[in-house]
Amino acid sequence: MRLAQFPSRNGPFTVYGNGRSYGDVCLTGDATLLKTRHLDRFIAFDPDTGVLECQAGVTLQEVLDLTVSQGWFLAVTPGTRFATVGGAIANDVHGKNHHSAGSFGHHVISLELVRSDGEILTCSLEENPLWFQATLGGLGLTGLIASVRLQLLAIESPWMRVVSQRFANLSEFWELNKSMEANWPYTVAWVDCLAKGANLGRGVYYAAKHLDAHSFQSSESLTPKPLSREKTLTFPLDSPISLVNNLSLRAFNSLYFRKPVEPLGGFAHYVPYFYPLDAIRHWNRIYGRKGFYQYQCVLPPQTSVDGINAMLQAISKSGQGSFLAVLKTFGERPAAGMLSFPRPGATLALDFPNREGHTQSLFETLDSIVHEAGGALYPAKDARMPAELFRQAFPAWEQFAHYIDPQLTSNFWKRITT
Amino acid sequence: MNVLNKVMIIGVTSSIAEHTARQLVGKGASLYCVARNAEKLDSIVKDLNVRAPNSNIIGAVMDIRDSQGHMKLLDDAINALGGLDAILVAHGTLPIQKDCESSWETTLVEIDTNALSVLSLLTLVGNYFEQQRRGVIAVISSVAGDRGRQSNYVYGAAKGMVSLFMQGLRNRLFKSGVSVVNIKPGFVDTPMTVGFEKTGPLWAQPDSVASGIVKAMEKGKGDVYLPWFWAVVMFVIRHIPDAIFKRLSL
Repeated sequence: MRLAQFPSRNGPFTVYGNGRSYGDVCLTGDATLLKTRHLDRFIAFDPDTGVLECQAGVTLQEVLDLTVSQGWFLAVTPGTRFATVGGAIANDVHGKNHHSAGSFGHHVISLELVRSDGEILTCSLEENPLWFQATLGGLGLTGLIASVRLQLLAIESPWMRVVSQRFANLSEFWELNKSMEANWPYTVAWVDCLAKGANLGRGVYYAAKHLDAHSFQSSESLTPKPLSREKTLTFPLDSPISLVNNLSLRAFNSLYFRKPVEPLGGFAHYVPYFYPLDAIRHWNRIYGRKGFYQYQCVLPPQTSVDGINAMLQAISKSGQGSFLAVLKTFGERPAAGMLSFPRPGATLALDFPNREGHTQSLFETLDSIVHEAGGALYPAKDARMPAELFRQAFPAWEQFAHYIDPQLTSNFWKRITT
Repeated sequence: MNVLNKVMIIGVTSSIAEHTARQLVGKGASLYCVARNAEKLDSIVKDLNVRAPNSNIIGAVMDIRDSQGHMKLLDDAINALGGLDAILVAHGTLPIQKDCESSWETTLVEIDTNALSVLSLLTLVGNYFEQQRRGVIAVISSVAGDRGRQSNYVYGAAKGMVSLFMQGLRNRLFKSGVSVVNIKPGFVDTPMTVGFEKTGPLWAQPDSVASGIVKAMEKGKGDVYLPWFWAVVMFVIRHIPDAIFKRLSL
């Protein structure tokens, strides 16, 4: 597959997949974007082994559309299926099953990397292993990922069995998390980040697994497609002000916390289960012209109990909260790439409407907690982390820099290295 | 509804044609895919095979300007597919207008590629479908063929020739139950338009244009603008009086 190549003129270039990163890892001020969406061909798929080979601009949705009906699912999926396979690799994305399956990069068998000098490197754990580790989570800087071989996960139905349970505070979360993680491949918790005092860290815990063939076939209400026809709403234009404000958040969070839970379990089709936000195109417009920031960190196991507690206190005190406050623990599996974000510990992800100075000063407080706890922020979702925090959290960055293609750059990389 | 089970696609490496091919195999069609570039053709045939492992998908390498070879090409396709329901002609080049202005040879090559080769194919396929008393002939021409403009009138003239030829062919084959579909896409985000500033509401994605093509072929439509609003735009462009039009820089 020698179809992917650099333009004949000189760079700098920034590789851009489908633009689903929240920050500036795929953006550029003065370089030229290399858009990869047209590299969207499948190369081979073996329905017996679940090995898929495709070009890097194929989206996760296109993979699932091909493979779910044949009994295969992405071994790891992020919260949107509009990302490209190349983007999922470049950001070494994770999903709700990190504790059981690791990150996206752990399921990449091999990839072809095209360098701006024309060299084509086949990279895997055996062949060019350092290039492989640099490219998994390499933020699109090591070269153009042309094609990929992925190991998919065998499933017996397109449905999920989902259980949910409320927890009253953080210590209940940690306890519940321990027992749930042992039994469920997918786990995640929503946290009410406006709750204070004894309620601090209250929320709802969700655990799920792929539904087995027997339950699928014996339940007549389950169809191969989602029950309600998949509707896509479009948020039509930027709201003049952020619709996410103190009032709406308080109302949302207290309602969400009281939403009926299903401790004994219910069913969900994989589309609404994994990709709830994909149902609303341009959902980000709800935040208005000023937009939003996502703040996602991971804190190591030994500091995560105190660290998460301190972060939630700081957020609750600031009165700035988010609809999507998500708490999850990562597994022990060593990172796939040099700059991979997922690592053992607990990860907290929050969306904040951009209130400029207010938001930035909250981030500074959170940064210092992350710094002290020896944690890291997620480059794929970041638009503002201080360079020192990046270098502390990703100590392999200097080793990684040797693998950067001289023609490639991004706003993110410039920001955290200068 | 026209049947589209056995379809021949000329110029399948065109992004619009490739997306149309994907949608056709998604509906269970078998395809005979023709292209000039063997390597690109191979990767497209592989992709279509992954998408539709049970479909018969054949690739054939050919420079379609070789009109002497058209009869054999058509025979090969009919033999390989066991018949033919439809042909989609999608090959073409977008010339640089300035190069055509300074060279008659360049102009001639562009007319050959974008018009004469199409007319040759349509002559043969038209007769075949006329005898069969059914079939769909679809050609991707362009809104550029609706009126000559200084920015690309050589391309426009070629597409315009194809459009007029198809009008006549449609008229002739109507009584034989053959659909002659003229697809006129506006601006589409494909490799052909690399170098254009592709922002704004006028730009369409190839997969949405492809769905429009499949629908138009199934329904046996005549002239089809994709997306639809180009029908309005081109209606206006066609009706500007020449006294005014010649002063515009379009």
